[in-house]
Amino acid sequence: MAHRHKKGFRRWLKGLMLKHMHRMITCEEFESFVLSYLDGELPARQRSIFELHMRVCRECREYLAAYRRSIELGQSVITAADESIPDDVPEDLIIAILDAQKH
Amino acid sequence: MSDDSAKTQSAALDKSVEEHLDSEQLVRENIGWMLALAQRILGERGLAEDAVQDAFIAAFRGLADFEGRSSLKTWLHRITVNASLMKLRQLKRLGEQSIDEHLPEFDNYGCRIEQPWSQLVDIETVLQNDRLRKIVLDKINTLPDSYRVVLQLRDIEEYPTSEVAELLGITQNNVKVRLHRARSALKKLLEPLLRGEMH
Ligand SMILES: [Zn+2]
Repeated sequence: MAHRHKKGFRRWLKGLMLKHMHRMITCEEFESFVLSYLDGELPARQRSIFELHMRVCRECREYLAAYRRSIELGQSVITAADESIPDDVPEDLIIAILDAQKH
Repeated sequence: MSDDSAKTQSAALDKSVEEHLDSEQLVRENIGWMLALAQRILGERGLAEDAVQDAFIAAFRGLADFEGRSSLKTWLHRITVNASLMKLRQLKRLGEQSIDEHLPEFDNYGCRIEQPWSQLVDIETVLQNDRLRKIVLDKINTLPDSYRVVLQLRDIEEYPTSEVAELLGITQNNVKVRLHRARSALKKLLEPLLRGEMH
């Protein structure tokens, strides 16, 4: 119970700090910049504010690392699956397609 | 039958054999990757076969107009994507769908709620393990269609935002919102695997 209390206090303090300190943004604001940041579309000033948040916020830093890793995983697993497509293309499908073309 | 008409007839026959061979070759050379692509968009094999059949019919119809402004493969790629999206549309599976349960959480102070990460799985570990690879594919398939399609087209097929917007008939901003949510939901769905808890 005391532990949960302490955690709540820390978050409250963090929330206040992020909301009111110069060049700070909240985690929710950080979230709305993620895509543009990764696409390299943030102007320099916003980019440095985004990166500053990552330095002070463990949650967002780790969240973004896991977010990026899941994109990479999706890409590499699908590429690997594609390379191992069996060559046994269904003959009946090929026949159906060629048949449909004639009509 | 005069000599001339026999010649014409045999020339016509040759032409039709040639066309037939050409189309058969076209189908054989491309059907494999087209099926894989359609299956990634549709999430299932049966629908993918239907979509590929539609795609070839559209391709044969358009072959005469194909002007070689892109490579044949790029052209077939787009036709396959279109035929697959058409299937989803026919099945009314592209409307607004909820993904909220998989999105990041914040507390009342706007702070992210995220359990600490002690490790993040490497790509190689997953690639070398059939079971883990299958989990990744299954989780991608769990995403609602309207989100999975955007993730596939942007992150996997690497279509530009503008083209995805055009294909889906939504705004570019909407594409960006869906892409971010799809990635974020995928991260949440993959969490046990990403944390190295599944091997
Ligand atoms: Zn944060």
